[in-house]
Amino acid sequence: MAMTATAGHAHADPHHIGLVIEHPGPASKRIVTAYGFWVFLLSDIVMFSCFFAAYAVLSGQTAGGPKGSELFEQRNVAIETVCLLLSSFTCGMASIAADVRNRFWFYLGMAVTCLLGLIFLAIEFREFADLVARGYGPSRSAFLTAFFSLVGCHGLHVSAGVLWLLTMMAQVFAKGFRADVLRRMMCFALFWHALDIVWVGVFSVVYLLGSAA
Amino acid sequence: MSDQSHARSDHDLAPGEEEQHSVGTRILGYVVGLVLALLLTATSFFIAGTDLVWQPSIPVALIVLAIAQMGVHLVFFLHITTGPDNTNNVLALAFGLLVVFLVVGGTVWIMAHLNANMPPMDQIMRMQ
Repeated sequence: MAMTATAGHAHADPHHIGLVIEHPGPASKRIVTAYGFWVFLLSDIVMFSCFFAAYAVLSGQTAGGPKGSELFEQRNVAIETVCLLLSSFTCGMASIAADVRNRFWFYLGMAVTCLLGLIFLAIEFREFADLVARGYGPSRSAFLTAFFSLVGCHGLHVSAGVLWLLTMMAQVFAKGFRADVLRRMMCFALFWHALDIVWVGVFSVVYLLGSAA
Repeated sequence: MSDQSHARSDHDLAPGEEEQHSVGTRILGYVVGLVLALLLTATSFFIAGTDLVWQPSIPVALIVLAIAQMGVHLVFFLHITTGPDNTNNVLALAFGLLVVFLVVGGTVWIMAHLNANMPPMDQIMRMQ
């Protein structure tokens, strides 16, 4: 740190004129890691936008099968939404606890986040299984293909997030609040909040617009 | 290299990172975000199921509410602000949004025109 700062200063002011703007040197690893992950998240959101575009185009192509308004249950979607919103909140609490290195609140926040994520996944899985059992699987119509790929892709992301969450708890348990563990925790929090943003688009466009139309 | 977890040099903030606040202020930020998000969600669900508003306005209202809620999430959960220490994060976000709008808007626009200009399927069959 000290060496970098000195070197940076020497480059900025080679002749010691003293008229330089402060040159702070390279950004810290924490900033670089989180920024890189932020760029990944944005590209993930771009990928989701392709699924959204496909759904928007295909939502009317039901091939004589059921329309969205005949399939979706608003009560389930409302419960799923509340679960994800609350889990975003508890994830925020867990990252604050990690920053102040409070193990108890970290484990509690992460455990509640995990539980809410699992409830969300269980409801979604039940909905999918129910649709397939009634013969409305992804191969029934273009609309259902687009629906299953968009919502299923989000569900896969949540599943990956739950695995990552458990890994973070294990790492804090085994290694403590080390700098690298804290960086991963920050990336996980970004990931989880970004999933919530995608879900806002999903429930608005797929479920609410689908049942309104 | 500078690997301290809290080496917040005075020039930039990582995405998701707040300026230095006390724990209470940070928790309050999340509480405000949660309340706003719940309010917007409740409004969305209410609007979608009600007969009280003019029906054709419902899709527009739902989309506006969704965008507002995404904004709430960005500000209160992801801590993306307009501050000078956040410029890089905002620029990356702006580029991402540009691509998202090009993909979604372009697809919907083109496919709608394609649908409108194509003759119905039975007519195509007769032309062959």
